[in-house]
Order: sequence, then C-alpha cells, then structure tokens
Amino acid sequence: MIHNQTMIDQRPAPSNTLGPVAWLRANLFSGPINTLLTLVGLYILYLLLVPTIQWAFINADWVGTTRADCSREGACWVFVNARFTQFIYGLYPRSEIWRANIVFGGFFTLIAWLAIPRLPFKRWVAVFALVGFPIAAYVLLHGGYFDLPRVPTHRWGGLMLTLLLASVGMIGALPIGIVLALGRRSNMPIVKSFCVIFIEFWRGVPLITVLFMASVMLPLFLPSGISVDRLVRALIGLTLFQSAYMAEVIRGGLQAIPRGQEEAAAALGMTYWKRMGLIVLPQALKMMIPGIVNTFISLFKDTTLVMIIGLFDLLGIVQAALSDSNWLGFSLEGYVFAAFVFWIFCFSMSRYSQYLERKLNTGHKR
Amino acid sequence: MSVRPNTRPAGHKPLFWRDRAKRAIVFQLLLTAAVAVFLFYIIGNVQDNLSARGITTGFGFLNNTAGFGIVQSLIDYSSQDTYGRTFLVGLLNTLLVGGLGVIAATLIGFIVGIARLSPNWLLARLATAYIETFRNIPLLLQIFFWYFAVLRTLPSARDSLAFGEVIFLNVRGLYLPEPLFESGFGLIPATFIVAIIASIALLLWNKRRQEATGKRIPAVWISLVLIFGLPLLITVATGVPITWDIPELRGFNFRGGFTVIPEFLALWMALSIYTAAFIAEIVRSGIQAISHGQTEAAQALSLPRNLVLRLVVIPQALRVIIPPLTSQYLNLIKNSSLATAIGYPDLVSVFAGTTLNQTGQAIEVIAMTMAVYLTISLLVSMFMNWFNARVALVER
Repeated sequence: MIHNQTMIDQRPAPSNTLGPVAWLRANLFSGPINTLLTLVGLYILYLLLVPTIQWAFINADWVGTTRADCSREGACWVFVNARFTQFIYGLYPRSEIWRANIVFGGFFTLIAWLAIPRLPFKRWVAVFALVGFPIAAYVLLHGGYFDLPRVPTHRWGGLMLTLLLASVGMIGALPIGIVLALGRRSNMPIVKSFCVIFIEFWRGVPLITVLFMASVMLPLFLPSGISVDRLVRALIGLTLFQSAYMAEVIRGGLQAIPRGQEEAAAALGMTYWKRMGLIVLPQALKMMIPGIVNTFISLFKDTTLVMIIGLFDLLGIVQAALSDSNWLGFSLEGYVFAAFVFWIFCFSMSRYSQYLERKLNTGHKR
Repeated sequence: MSVRPNTRPAGHKPLFWRDRAKRAIVFQLLLTAAVAVFLFYIIGNVQDNLSARGITTGFGFLNNTAGFGIVQSLIDYSSQDTYGRTFLVGLLNTLLVGGLGVIAATLIGFIVGIARLSPNWLLARLATAYIETFRNIPLLLQIFFWYFAVLRTLPSARDSLAFGEVIFLNVRGLYLPEPLFESGFGLIPATFIVAIIASIALLLWNKRRQEATGKRIPAVWISLVLIFGLPLLITVATGVPITWDIPELRGFNFRGGFTVIPEFLALWMALSIYTAAFIAEIVRSGIQAISHGQTEAAQALSLPRNLVLRLVVIPQALRVIIPPLTSQYLNLIKNSSLATAIGYPDLVSVFAGTTLNQTGQAIEVIAMTMAVYLTISLLVSMFMNWFNARVALVER
C-alpha cells in the first residue's frame, strides 16, 4: 500500500565529487565546525612551523669550528658538527674508531638481513647475531686480544653505548624471558610462584631504582674484593628489568598458540622440552616479534637513564657537552640533535613492527 | 584390544625419574634449595660488606636529623626534621606530580586520540604528528628539553613574562595568585559537596524513573547547574570571602602568591605530554575496536550522534581502553622517578638520593623506595582486576 504518492523533488546533480576542490570540501570544510577546526589547525601549524623552520634552517649556521662562527640568530649546528664524533663514539680513542665502525657496520648489516624478508639463511644469521656477533663485538670494542689495545669501558659512550646497552639488554633478556614465561605457565606451584614474584617485582619498580640498585647494592651482594665494572652493573640491571617485560610478551605469544598444538605433540610422545622447543616456541616466537620490537623500543628509550648512574650514552654525552664552557647556551641544538637520532631509530622500528603485525595477521585470519 | 596408556600391570611401578609427579616435586625442591642458597650467600656477603664499612643495619636512621633542606614540600619540613620525614615529603611530592600528571595526560590523550579519528583531514594529521613525535623521543630527553632548554632560559625575575599582571613566569618558576580564605569560607566547599551528593541522588532517581516509566528530565544539566551554580550563589551571597594574594616584584624576586618551581613544571609537562601520546593511541584503538556495525545499528534506531557515542560506542570502548590506560598511569607514576635528573624533590631524588648518600643505608633505603612503587603497582593492578571482572562481557 502506498500512502504518499507525491514524489520527492529531484535533487540537483552534485556539483563536484572529484578533484582537489571536492576533496578539500569533503575533508576540511564539510561544515561550520569542521571549517573552524581546519582554520585553527592551520593557525597552530603556522605558529609552530614558521619559527621552527626559520630557526633550524633559514637562520641556522652550518659551517665553522668555534662558537664565533655562529650568528646566534638561528640554530648553531656548528656545535653538533664539532662534537659529532663524541656524540657517536663517546670518548673512544680517535685512533681506534675503526673498530667501533666495524661493529656498527656488522650490527646494521645483521639487523637489515633479519629485517628484510627476502634474504635467505635467516635462522643461521639469527643464531650468529645472538651468539657469535656479541662475542666478536666485545673482542673488537674492548680489545686486549690479538694485539688490539685495550679500551676501558668508561671511554665507551655516545650512540655506540646506547645501541650496545639496548642490544645486550635485549639479547640477555630473551632467554631469561623465555624461561620465566614458561615457568609462569607451569603446573608446578613453586616454580610458578617464583616466576610470578620475579616478573611482578621487576615490572612494579621504576627502572631508575633498578639502576640505583645495580650501582649501589650490587657491590654489597658480592664478596668483598670483587668489583664489577660500572657498565656491566648497568647491563645486569637493564637485563633483569627487561627480562620481566619480555616474559610477559612471550607469555602473550604462548597463549595465542592453540592448546591442541601442545596436546598433539604430547600425543606423539614428545617430552616437555621437545614440545616447547620444536612445536610451541617456534610458532609463538614468530607471533611475538611485533611485541618484542615494541619492548625493544621502550628499552632503547630507557637506556637514556644510565646517565643518572654516570654512564655517557647519547643523551649523557650531549648533556656533558652542553656544560662545556666553550659551548654554553646551545642546549636547544644539542637536545634537538639527540631527539632527532632517537626519533629516527624509534620511529623506523615502530613502523617495522606495524608492518610485521599486518604481515603476520593475514596468516592467522579465520 | 584397547590400549590405555595409563594402566600398567599391577605391581609394576614406574622408575622414579620417569614419574612426572615425583620429578616435579624433586625439581621444585631443588629450585627452592638453589634460591635459598643464593639468598644466604647474598645476605652473608651483605653482612660482611656492611660490617667492613661500619654501617649498622636497621631502620634506626629514620629517626636521625636530616640536616638538609628540600625546595618543595607539601607538609611542614625543615632541615631539623628526621630522615623519616624526608621519606614522607618525597612520597607526597611523587604523588603530587603523579596525580596531576595523570589528570593532564588523560585530558590531552583523550582529545588527541579523538582528534586522530576526526573526519577533518588536517586535524587527524596534526594528532598523528603529535603522537609520533612525542612517543618516539625518550622521556628523559623531553624532561631535559623542557627544563634546560625552555624553563632555564626564561628571563630573570625583573623581565618576567606577565599574564594579565597577576601570573608571572620567569627562570625561578611560575608565580600564581594565592587565594586567602576568610571566615565564612567553609560554607562554599560544604555547599559544593552537598550539591554533588544531591546530583548523584538526582541522577539515580532519574535513571530509575526512566526505567520504570520511560520519562526523564534533563538531570545532567540540572546537576551541572547545581554543582557549579549553588557554590557560586553562596560565594556571592556571603560577600566573596576570598582575597587573592597577588605576587609582586620586590627587589630581585617576587614576594607573595604561590610559587610553582620550574623543576615541577618541567617534569609535569614532560610526563603529561609523553604519556598523553600513548593514551591517545589507546583511545583511538579502543574506539576503533568497536565494530562499525554498532554505530550503524544505533543510527538505524535513529539515535542522535551524541547519544550514539555516549550510549553505544563509549561504554564498549571503555572496556577496551581502561586496562591499558591504568598501566599507562602506572608507567607515569614510575616515570616520575626521573625527577632525580633535574632535581625535583620526589621520592627517588630526596630519599634514594640525598638520604641514601648521607646515611649510606643502601639496603633499607632502596627497599623502602621499591616497596612504595610495588605497593602502588599492586593497588592499581588489584583495581584493574576488579574493574575487568566488573565490565567483562557476560557471554552465553
């Protein structure tokens, strides 16, 4: 039954649905509120961008060697230029920097190899990156072997130290994290409670108290006469702290594996370690990679805290350079440079983890 | 013939190390023994080391006079007070910056998170830029930036930045007018509390009435008027019993008013801005987790847009948002310990810093400091479990 027989009036054809004008209308000026928001946004952008670009590029001074080369109208990148080697290598002796460069090169090659999906021999490269490379890097950086002069750890610093702290913390935390995660899922009550207490303890306290503990309390724990290098103390603290977070990521990955997998392996007569090592962990670790990358990003950012216990990581060395009486008053330049370096690393890692998440998701869609 | 793996011929017992239950007991006993031996070893070493350094263990030092001043304290404190009181001062300062940080981070985070989902292209891009910038720069660097590069380079007291001649910002901090309460002021907060209680009662009554009869009054508006209007009315009626102590430049510094130290400002700004970036992502993913069908179904019921959000999307999104949100709050409180890097007198800076250095009681001081953070974590995770149980989907 038709109640209303009058037709709706014909509407005029839409004036413009394609092209830049239509896009602007749909996305920026679709109503009075939207128009207002756009204008406010443009104004904020103007307020932020114009002075920043003028400071960082147009009025900036790029070349020179001393502060006299800076006009002080814009950024003085001369400061960063003059200190660049220090920011990257810390106080590592200039003549030995080639050793640090080899380690840097190997590090980035390995990362790239593991990150690019098409390259072969992933498993062997991963084993080398986790076991062989750290040993080689230690021998190269520390020296004392093969006629390489020793470089004591207090001369290590800058971006090199930041990367070193984050990677060693990560590589050390991975096995501990796996053991803790398996322990937390165990049926044995004592094992489970030890793991829960351990994980919740480290997750509940701030990293800075952990580092304080490592630098103040660790010497008390050891028999008198044994002293541990400051860098090693920081590494122990970072690793234990990180392993608790890693354990939670791994536990999440383990929970995502259907129970049937483990039951099927048990039905084939596999022992616990075979079930875990051959069936559950390989599947779970693959799914955990985005989570692991995310915890790595936060570890990478958190390594800046080691400057509080007197190590000179990238931020620490920038901060130290700022108090140089020849270069007073360039804190903005120093912080912007350090922030830029950290941002590049963290942003690319987070993009990679998002890419992995998308890639891994498709395989598990039902 | 059916094979049942668990039945064995009578009288045959499995070898001891093949019996899983017994193996588990032995393994756990060994583990416990190993942990115990490890602890004994450490405790023994600690005792040896402490006696070698002439430090007596115990919490007696908490009653000794501290002898150092603290720039900001919420309770009365002077250098004549005890180390125990420095603990309290530090704890309160931590809670102050943590609490205010949580409020600011939530506000910024929700605004940015919702802006990221805005149909306005520019607004969404600005929000994304905010998140990606602040999330990927270490917090300590941001604290240094705000403290050393912004607040420490402000003009001196004489050339302060003035906001309306009542608020002043200079290198020594932010100077705000301080309200001084005269007699009869107590009536205003009392009215405020009464108004809040009345509003809650009104909202409950309105809800019950709506469920029973389908009729409703605009209770939200009425309660807003009650909560803000009534105290205002009383204030005017009692002849405004507040005078403002406005900061004034005398000599080289400001006198009067209320001073916010730059350390607090830097820490608070950095913590809020950094955590807000994470909260914004949580809010965005929480809202996106609600399937579009929910919105469409609500629109099909011809609910207006604000009700679609308020009654359908937000209640479901909150279930997704709250657990990660609480862990961000926890992170914020733990991160407030970075205060020590710029000298804001929080728990770690005052107690695990100055007090530890003066007394040398490393074990006790670090244990107390860690205990505070552990307690906060436990309380928050207890709340989270309670909340999760409360809002969990009741499935068939």
